Amino acid sequence: MFPKGTKRKFSDSGEEAVSSGDQGPAAPSAAARMLSSSYSLQRQSLLDMSLIKLQLCHMLVEPNLCRSVLIANTVRQIQEEMTQDGTWQIMTQALAAAQCPTDRLVATEVLCRQTDPAAQAGQSPKPYAVVGVEEGYHSEEVVMEGDVETDVTMSTLSPVSPQLSSASYLAGPFGMGPCWEEEEEDGECEEEEEEEDSEECVSEGEEGDGDHLSADSRTGEQVFGTFEIKHPAPPPDPALEELFSDVDPSYYDLDTVLTGMQSAPKMGPYDLLDSLSSHGPTALSSSSSCRSDLNELDHIMEIIVGS
Amino acid sequence: MAGVAGGNDFQWCFSQVKGAIDEDVAEADIISTVEFNYSGELLATGDKGGRVVIFQHEQESKNRPHLRGEYNVYSTFQSHEPEFDYLKSLEIEEKINKIRWLPQQNAAHFLLSTNDKTIKLWKISERDKRAEGYNLKDEDGRLRDPFRITSLRVPVLMPMDLMVEASPRRIFANAHTYHINSISVNSDHETYLSADDLRINLWHLEITDRSFNIVDIKPANMEELTEVITAAECHPHQCNVFVYSSSKGTIRLCDMRAAALCDRHSKFFEEPEDPSSRSFFSEIISSISDVKFSHSGRYMMTRDYLSVKVWDLNMENRPVETYQVHEYLRSKLCSLYENDCIFDKFECCWNGSDSAIMTGSYNNFFRMFDRNTRRDITLEASRESSKPRATLKPRKVSTGGKRKKDEISVDSLDFNKKILHTAWHPKDNVIAVAATNNLESAALIPTSISDSYKLCPPMFYKPHVHYL
Repeated sequence: MFPKGTKRKFSDSGEEAVSSGDQGPAAPSAAARMLSSSYSLQRQSLLDMSLIKLQLCHMLVEPNLCRSVLIANTVRQIQEEMTQDGTWQIMTQALAAAQCPTDRLVATEVLCRQTDPAAQAGQSPKPYAVVGVEEGYHSEEVVMEGDVETDVTMSTLSPVSPQLSSASYLAGPFGMGPCWEEEEEDGECEEEEEEEDSEECVSEGEEGDGDHLSADSRTGEQVFGTFEIKHPAPPPDPALEELFSDVDPSYYDLDTVLTGMQSAPKMGPYDLLDSLSSHGPTALSSSSSCRSDLNELDHIMEIIVGS
Repeated sequence: MAGVAGGNDFQWCFSQVKGAIDEDVAEADIISTVEFNYSGELLATGDKGGRVVIFQHEQESKNRPHLRGEYNVYSTFQSHEPEFDYLKSLEIEEKINKIRWLPQQNAAHFLLSTNDKTIKLWKISERDKRAEGYNLKDEDGRLRDPFRITSLRVPVLMPMDLMVEASPRRIFANAHTYHINSISVNSDHETYLSADDLRINLWHLEITDRSFNIVDIKPANMEELTEVITAAECHPHQCNVFVYSSSKGTIRLCDMRAAALCDRHSKFFEEPEDPSSRSFFSEIISSISDVKFSHSGRYMMTRDYLSVKVWDLNMENRPVETYQVHEYLRSKLCSLYENDCIFDKFECCWNGSDSAIMTGSYNNFFRMFDRNTRRDITLEASRESSKPRATLKPRKVSTGGKRKKDEISVDSLDFNKKILHTAWHPKDNVIAVAATNNLESAALIPTSISDSYKLCPPMFYKPHVHYL
């Protein structure tokens, strides 16, 4: 009756833990909740599930806005609670510790590609579930480093855009911004929109990355603040800068929180990885497969153009 | 047996099933909206394939006066076609989200049907006569040679087989960026409102190229979006009043006389949250899926995921009545979140006298609540257990512990069989319940005269969809 997915023992007994965990006075219960591992596991898997739901939007039909808003609010709520608990800080610390310095943020690439039909077919990096670990960083490099690759990414992404819903390019918190905004932009041409958003993803990666590394030196509350980019970023492309000039950096606050969450599996309970993998196909892609993914995107593009 | 309407003990009896008998139902045949017209004579259904099927109540036969009239197909037409938005590379579904009838003003019937983006006004008219004896053309329509005509005659109207025609009279398009979830005809019979996730527009039935935006909750920065409009309805008597519900469980009543843009509500209805039942799903289950004014206009009813609430329009801080639809699902919210069932939008409806309310649930169950006696009943709309005239047996879900005989346990409920759309005849105790693709209608028959019944032969109807 219920689809296989998150383990039942978490889903239902955890539900009571969640409910009961929310009662009680603030400070002691925060500590109590920290101790209640089933509660935090439950909360984590709920967050997981919510993020996946947000990303798996329908390709052909516009996503249900009400559902997306409700899921996004749930994610926000969980994150607020985790920040209050201090759990959030633990995760970002572990994340930073697990990260190598040259790694970039993963999720932006993920978010940029979320409903790529190739992704659905298991060819390009899977959203979120896949790119959560080190391989994703390579793919991020593919996206961002060098003009050639960036161009390839851009140009590869753009032609695919006719197949993608405008929801596929997520640059706002939970990736909702442009998804919702684009519905308004009737006059703009499709290609222009998609390209703009893919570029937004790129820039977001840069900023978010800076946040990643700086997050470990900040408290949980400060995660939501603005960041400095401590990590050497590639020299900014003036064309990209121009496009980003009016992009609100507050976009990235919660989005970076999300990306931090995504890497949590490295330190968090491995059940997360299980639940992640159970939600969708989880071929962990290496950088080489990323490149082959791009080739496959080219292939798809040819098909589209050919048809 | 538990009764529903006050007075005599009533029982609900199964009347008819419309729809395919086979188990595999085409996706396009799934009924997405059900609506009786003002007299109850006509019942309109819309489906996912963009079709509208209208059923008409047959006159009760004089020979068998106790036999309730049946509803038979009156008209079928394709209301909306799938479209493709080339600018956004998105499909626009042809699924009919809502149908609303206009009050009848002449021999023809008018209804509004809407999909996600476009509202159409359809005229359904009967033709049972045709003119014969034209001068300039033959009976088969060929033009005659005018020089051959030697005499003139007056065409005569001859009876013909009844033909019901549906024609689109107005198309109200391009006014909604987001998906339309509600339409509601105003009591002035000249205007109507349409609501999408973030905006509500007011239209004049005659004017298609223009509408007034009366509510706009779109934030300047879409990242700040946390609340959407889920349903809207015009007041049944006061043409300046309407309500809209939100995904946060609030209802706003607006007065169009106050301002052109009704962003500031006149009344704000919200029940304070119960802190003891707070969970991560609290907001989702508080999201209101349907709002309906009572026929009297004094109350309104809202449906959230687990309950139905009746509000007195004069009291904003809490509902006057709350009915639990399927409280046993509260412990299953996480699973229901996972399989997306928690986002199901159930409708609710009043009976003609506002003494009872009805809403759907899972496992093809639907629930009716008598507001006066506070009794409630759960019935199942399933083909297997339904013979015409058979009394519908009340069902019960066992909430825990030992499952009694005839009870169903929560874990064996079929969450794919959900009754989202229900309608209640405006005058009679007849209800229409849409279960997947079957439209089931049930008639209430008083048990006191059950002895004089004759069971009529089964009347399962398998529609041949024909396009007019």
